[in-house]
Amino acid sequence: MTPLLAVKNLAVRAKMHGHEFDLVEDVAFSLQRGEILGLVGESGSGKSVTCRALLRLLPGANLSITSGEILFDGRDFAKMTETQIRNERGASVGMIFQNPASHLDPVMSIGDQVAESIVLHRGVSKAEAWSQTVDLLRQVGIPDPERRARNFAHEFSGGMKQRAMIAAALACDPQLLIADEPTTALDVTVQAQILRLLMDLRDKRGLSIILVTHDLGVVAQACDSIAVMYGGRIVERGPKRDVLKAPFHPYTSRLIACQPAHGLGAGLLPSIPGQPPSAGDMPSGCRFHPRCDLAQTSCRETVPGLKERVSGHLAACPITEAGITEARP
Amino acid sequence: MNLHRYRFILARPLQLLPVLFGISIITFVLVRLIPGDPARVLLGAKSTPEAVARIRAQFGLDEPIWLQYVYFVKNLVLGDMGKSILYKMPVLQLIGERLAPTLLLILGSVILALALAIPLASIAATRRGRLADHTIRLISTAGLGFPPFWLAIMLIIVFSVKFDLFPVAGYGDTWGDRLHHLALPCFTVALALSAVITRNLRASMIAELASDHATAARARGLSERRVFWRHVLPNAVIPAINLLAVNIGWLIGGTVVIESVFSIPGMGQLLVRGIFTRDYMVVQSVAMVFACATVIVNFLADVLTVAIDPRVEL
Ligand SMILES: Nc1ncnc2c1ncn2[C@@H]1O[C@H](COP(=O)(O)OP(=O)(O)O)[C@@H](O)[C@H]1O
Ligand SMILES: [Mg+2]
Repeated sequence: MTPLLAVKNLAVRAKMHGHEFDLVEDVAFSLQRGEILGLVGESGSGKSVTCRALLRLLPGANLSITSGEILFDGRDFAKMTETQIRNERGASVGMIFQNPASHLDPVMSIGDQVAESIVLHRGVSKAEAWSQTVDLLRQVGIPDPERRARNFAHEFSGGMKQRAMIAAALACDPQLLIADEPTTALDVTVQAQILRLLMDLRDKRGLSIILVTHDLGVVAQACDSIAVMYGGRIVERGPKRDVLKAPFHPYTSRLIACQPAHGLGAGLLPSIPGQPPSAGDMPSGCRFHPRCDLAQTSCRETVPGLKERVSGHLAACPITEAGITEARP
Repeated sequence: MNLHRYRFILARPLQLLPVLFGISIITFVLVRLIPGDPARVLLGAKSTPEAVARIRAQFGLDEPIWLQYVYFVKNLVLGDMGKSILYKMPVLQLIGERLAPTLLLILGSVILALALAIPLASIAATRRGRLADHTIRLISTAGLGFPPFWLAIMLIIVFSVKFDLFPVAGYGDTWGDRLHHLALPCFTVALALSAVITRNLRASMIAELASDHATAARARGLSERRVFWRHVLPNAVIPAINLLAVNIGWLIGGTVVIESVFSIPGMGQLLVRGIFTRDYMVVQSVAMVFACATVIVNFLADVLTVAIDPRVEL
């Protein structure tokens, strides 16, 4: 089956004070229809930059995509003109963000913001767009949608704002939803509700979702597959069950050990010693080697590429070729 | 529409009363602190004491000062602003004749300033760091630097004297004629005003263009143009409304200078003449009108803010 989205060799470069450096390098993954992919990694690992690059909406004029293909349903977003990619935004791919409060226009009603993109992409009348909007708000679980559509963002709770963002992103029935840490800013109970809504939408609409999170619990609950990012690169990816059960990359294995379910309980969580690298000051070779207990001299020299270990499960670590437990002394 | 958000409108007239009371006392006292006697100014240096006394009695200036204040307030409440010593006519009528030129001057200046500021700020913000932006910033910085009266004189020299496009001074008889006369004074005021507004609007537009909600709108497929008109502009004008109101407040006082330079028979000119001739009733009444106008402008700004920004509760 051809995937809905196939990203190949994606790189995003930043220019700052005369320096140039890659924020994201050699990123490759694919996504089937109806699949939920969890994109995980510590903050600063390049998850948001990757997501924004997919829609060519980079967070800064100093950033640019320097290489790669973003094949969506056979069309390469990376090669499109500005007008072409704009027509894909919202219509083919929707996006929601970590902080729904700041991503909604404070002075336009929720309903108008949803209806706006329906009118734009579908060219229907305002009245028709409004009735579709009310319908959509109901579908994402906003009670009393006729009245709530006329409310403004500040009249919504955090969870309701994120539901409204989802409605606006799905207004034109895109096949892919990019959700950049959609639950991080919300209460735990609300987090679970939003997650359930996303899974529901996948089941009902066959929506594919890229779900960015740094919570492996979320991945375990909602995702089909997982891609782990570190220092602007994907260091491991594969089916969720395989990666969580038998990780090949020392970073993934550390990350799993730091999760509450596997650790000693909140408060006593082990954390990975050392700091994640910052863009523009990347260590040579494997980005993780300064913090890796398995690092060898060769790790400092060459950047390891992703290699398939088990069918569909890839990792970028030559040391654990034979399995991670075997590599531990 | 949420009508309860407009409740504050009902409370405003009550809040206005203490303000007007304070202003009335201050101007009443200040105008009497200026040395000189209105009757003597009117009659000239060679006037007889009897004549001076007669005029003083005629205008109630021989009464104790507190009683004069009580009469002033009482008559004001009854809609009577007293009589001008210089013009020998009711101040109310005098103000009625002088109000239109000043209103027209202020209104024209504000419209012209906005007509300049909104497009200029939009161009500068959307072309940030490029030539157009630098040029607009340079002009608006210069616009802030020029003293208005100097600018007025320069404009008169260039457009009236050299090119003979506009009248040097005065006010017309027909509406067309009046607009022709007011064009240059309005432009003078608008240049300084638009400089302030342009800088403010540009800064808020730049912040709004980089805002999260603009990014989210782009992610829904909106064009840069649509993002600007539907999401950036409405958010960016909110802080500018208050700035404009404050500046119109200044402008109301500033008409004194502009009307003098361009010889416009308006309220500012009336106030200046009133001060020179110690025409107490005129000065007090014009000051009250100016105070009311300032309060009304701020009130309108509040209504507009509430209408545009659903978060604001007054
Ligand atoms: N406009 C920019 N210029 C330079 N560096 C940037 C810019 N935007 C983001 N970065 C850097 O890119 C890296 C990845 O950021 P991001 O994708 O936001 O991380 P994540 O979402 O995984 O927390 C960070 O080190 C961040 O500092
Ligand atoms: Mg992020």
